[in-house]
Parts: sequence; C-alpha cells; structure tokens
Amino acid sequence: MKLNDALLGLVFLALSIAVLVTIQGYPKIPGQSIGPGAFPGLIALLLGGCSLALIWRGWQERRAQPLVALGAWLASPRHLLNFCLTVVLLLFYVLASETIGFLICGTIILLVLFFSLRVKPSLAIVLALFVPLVIHLIFYKLLRVPLPWGVLPVLW
Amino acid sequence: MLHAYAQAFALVFDPYVLTVILCSALFGLFVGCIPGLTATMATALLVPITFFMPPVPAVAAIVTATAMAIFSGDIPGALLRIPGTPASAAYTDEAYAMTKKGQAEIALGAGLVFSAIGGLFGTAVMMTSAPALAEIALQFSDFEYFWMVVLGLAGAVFIGNSSVLKASISLLLGLLVACIGLDNPAGHPRFTFGNAELTGGVSLIPMMVGMFAVSEILRYMVHMEPPLKLATEHIGNVFKGMWRLLKKYPWPLVRGSVLGTIIGIQPGSGADMAAWMSYAMAKKFSKEPEKFGTGHVEGIVEAGAANNSALAGAWIPALVFGIPGDSITAIAIGVLYLKGMNPGPTLFINNPQNIYAIFLVFVLANLIMLPLGWLTIKLAKNVLRLSRDILMPTILLFCIVGSFAINNTVFGVALILVFGLLAFVLEENGFPVAPAILGVVLGQMMEENFIKSMIKSDGDPSLFFTRPIAMGLAISTFIILLWPVFGWAWRKLRTA
Repeated sequence: MKLNDALLGLVFLALSIAVLVTIQGYPKIPGQSIGPGAFPGLIALLLGGCSLALIWRGWQERRAQPLVALGAWLASPRHLLNFCLTVVLLLFYVLASETIGFLICGTIILLVLFFSLRVKPSLAIVLALFVPLVIHLIFYKLLRVPLPWGVLPVLW
Repeated sequence: MLHAYAQAFALVFDPYVLTVILCSALFGLFVGCIPGLTATMATALLVPITFFMPPVPAVAAIVTATAMAIFSGDIPGALLRIPGTPASAAYTDEAYAMTKKGQAEIALGAGLVFSAIGGLFGTAVMMTSAPALAEIALQFSDFEYFWMVVLGLAGAVFIGNSSVLKASISLLLGLLVACIGLDNPAGHPRFTFGNAELTGGVSLIPMMVGMFAVSEILRYMVHMEPPLKLATEHIGNVFKGMWRLLKKYPWPLVRGSVLGTIIGIQPGSGADMAAWMSYAMAKKFSKEPEKFGTGHVEGIVEAGAANNSALAGAWIPALVFGIPGDSITAIAIGVLYLKGMNPGPTLFINNPQNIYAIFLVFVLANLIMLPLGWLTIKLAKNVLRLSRDILMPTILLFCIVGSFAINNTVFGVALILVFGLLAFVLEENGFPVAPAILGVVLGQMMEENFIKSMIKSDGDPSLFFTRPIAMGLAISTFIILLWPVFGWAWRKLRTA
C-alpha cells in the first residue's frame, strides 16, 4: 500500500506540531536557558521542515503518484486475511494471555495462522500443540520467564 | 596487555561460552539460509535470549550469528536466485548463473572461504586499530562526542539511501522515540500519556523485534511470489579448487577486504553496501570484465570477502565511540548497554579483557565458519525445503515470548505490534528503517552531550567548533551533509 508523499508528510507534520504543543507545558530549569523541552523541540522543528519538503514533493508529483496506490495484496482476500490475522492475533495475545495463559494462546495463534497459510491440517494441529510446549519449556524452565499459566493448573 | 589476553582466553574458551557460540553459529547459518529471514532479524531474535546471559557470551552469540548469517545468505542466492540476506544480493545473479553452469560448488565454496578470509581481515584491522582509536577517544569532551553522534547519524542518512529526505524523517522519528520517558537530563516524564510503562521509555528490544522480525513476518503474509524452486540438487566438494582461486585472485581478495572494512567503519553503511561496491569494483579492475554476469567467480571472491569484513569493521566505531556502523551493531550496542558494558574508550581501560574476548570471538567465528558452513551447504537442500508457512507463525510466537521476557509484561508484545506495523508501512513507502533504529540508540547520548555542551558553552555555539578534534569532526559532518550537492554538481559538470 503506497500513500502519496504529501499524505504521509501531513501525518508527520501533525506529529511535529503535536510535539511542539506538548513541550510548551514542560517546566523550565531555573537559571538555565534549556529544559526538558529543548531537544524534542529541536527534533520536532526539523521533522516539521522535512514534512513540508515531503508535502511539496508529493504535491509536485501528484500526477505521477496517486493519492493512495493499493498494493496487489490488498486486492487478494487471502493475503489481506493473512495480514489482518497476524495483527489481530498479536492483539489477542496482549488482551487474553493473562487470563487464558500462554500455552492456550500460543496454540490458538499457531493453529489460526497455519490454517490461514494452508498448512496440511494434520501437521498444523500437531505443530500447534507441540511448538508452544517447546517454547514454554525453553523460556519458563530454562530462562525462568514467568509466562502466565492462565486457566491451566501449574504443571511444572 | 598479554595478561588481559590471557584473561580473555579464559573467558572465551569456557564450555558455556563455546556452547553458546556453537548454537548461535548454527542459528545464524539457518536464519541466513532462509530467504526472507535476514542477519538483522537473526540478531533481533537472539537479543531476548542474550538478555539472560553474562556479557561475554551475550556478545559472542550476536557476533557469531551475524557472521554466519551474512555468509549463509549466499546459499539460497546460488540455489534459488533469492539472496538469503540483503548482503548477498550484489552477486546473487552471478552465483545463480554459475549454478546453472553446473558450478554451484565453486560459487558456494568461494562465498564460504573468502567470507572467512575477509572476516579475519576485518577482525585483524579491528584488533589493531580499536585500542589505538580508544586512546584518541579518551581526549574527547562533550563537544567531540556531540559531533561524533551527529557524524554517525549523518552517515546513516546520507550514505546509500535513495531518498535522503525519507531517511532523515526516519531518523527524526527514531530520535523522537528516544525522547519518551523519564530518562532525560531534566528527569521530566516526556510523552508518556500518563502510562506507567512508558515512563521507563520504549524498551529497545521489543522495538527491534517489532521493526526487524514482526515487519518481515507481515511482509511474508502479503508476499505474492511463486514458491521456491531449487536450481540443482547436486553440490560437490566446496573446498575443491579454492587454493587455485586464492592464487589466481589475490588482489580482488585484498581489495574486497580493505574496501569492506572501510565501508563497515563508515557509520550508516554496512555489509550490503560493501558487497555492491566491491562487486562493481571487481568488474572495473578485472582483466575479463565481459565475463561478469555470465557465471564468473571473480566478483564473488571480492564481494564475498567485502561483506564479511564490513561486519567486523562496523564494530570498530561501535566499541570505541558507541556509534553503530549499521543496524546490526546498533542492536549490539543496545545489548552492551543492557549488560553494563557501556561502549566507549573507558571500556578499553577498565575491562580490556572483555574487549579482547570480543576480538577472539570474531576470530573463532570466522574459523568455525569453514566446517559449519560446509555442513550447511551439504544440508542446504533440506533446509530450503522447510516450509516458510510453518516457520513464520513459529517465529511470531517466539517474538511474542521474547518481547514479553524483557519486562515480564504484555506491554512488550503491544510494542512489537506497533513497531512492526510502523516499519511495515514505512518500508512500503520507501522509508529506510535502519536510520530510525540508529536514532533510538543514539538519541539519549546525543541529547546528553548536546545539553551538557550547551550548558558548558553558556549558549555560545562557537565552542562547538574551537577545539581541534571537534572542528575536524564538524568539517567531516558538513562534508557528508554536502555530499549530495557535490555529487549533483559533479554530474552537471561532466554532462555539460
């Protein structure tokens, strides 16, 4: 998905303005001319300048460069689905892992992605059950990362 | 110094460290061999594991894995015409043409042997020049450091990027990310939106896993290329005829190693550019330039040596000044900080054994590359048959656990999602990602030196230029900044 440079320039310009507005509220250090806002302010000014240049360039090339050029994958439902599933599954992990635990979450993530990528179903099921166990063993047992158990009882 | 080397030997030749080196070597060879998994991704995936190790094995893991990955990127280049890592892209067509002619073993053998020699050359340069540079760096004040950082960042933006404007924006975004949190000279929470997790700043590791691993997974999810197809099943003895090549092409080897090391030292340009430039140079100086592109080994000799020597070269400014030469050393610097081995000249004085241990790991990695690389080439057709449809979701799960492990909160997982999407969108629109990482790594150092210098000079900017080294660095920076203008003027003059 390719956006016109002017469009992206607008996004970055908005970001730099937001930063400049935010740092106005930062306290000054008594007796010093520069405070916590100085450095981000400098960066935001430079970013604003670059954004303006990008907007100008995108505007000049507006004939050659459409506002939004959808990539081929956005027209293919299968690829679009793969992409969205990856994002949704990561979100799912963030929201659900504490409650239902790493092992179940991991199995669901792998199962869904394997099916979506059309891995052979028997292989997909075996791997989706097996891989999270191995990762759990490495990180929970060897590296002592407290991966959540969730609804499962603590098994080891 | 000898005493420190003896200590370094003891540090490296420890069963635990040797096991780490062996495992990360195999990991690097595997990742480099799979198209779509880059050396940078190998590093980003290793970092969460190194988080749990003492400093020396942690750095050893990264050094070994990247050296191996840069070599093994040649394998799918020769067999599938897809470079395994960007550093192999320069001579992929050449290697594939050799495979088509039935010379796969010569293409791969040259890649392997001359990678190792180039890597050793770069290491030798590092071992001799880094301590000497550290002596000079001891004289540096905040002004010099400020210019060093600016020089490093300018290099990242102005060298080797097709759009300087987009690279600058990427860098500035990185610098803004570095501003998040409490960790600034005034100790004031910035851009935290009241979120307690953000007061500590954006952790580097989840950010890198997001930008280099999750974004690659997203790209795989939408890739539309046809499935991979092996050009040959038969690969003979890769070491056969290498001695003859060595005697036939001594100059390309030396040229590639020297150029590679120099490009590696140059901030912002890494192994990929070293390979492209030395391939072009091999063609220019060759007695038979017409053979290039038809399956001629000369370019592979030179560029293969160059990309591995660049890897070692990039560590020189990283260790001496804390300025990364490319995105891999940017990640490595992050690890050094996490391990309390803050890079800089004092590291050479206070803990020389750690630095020497890193040198030894480089030597060791380039030596074991020969047998392990041979093994990987033997197994290549099996490795390349592994389904990426299975690998990519597995790597995603690994990314999740790795980013969780840093602070033991799901906030890390949220970060890999945000930065994965950001890197994906940026790259789709032609923004390079490496300057952003450099910005995040160097942002804090740049701000500190900027603020300190400003306070010292009491608002008088002339002090930024009056010290001799600061002046020299400032001039170098402006040369890099004005380089595109010179290039443009030169082209105008030539065509006029």
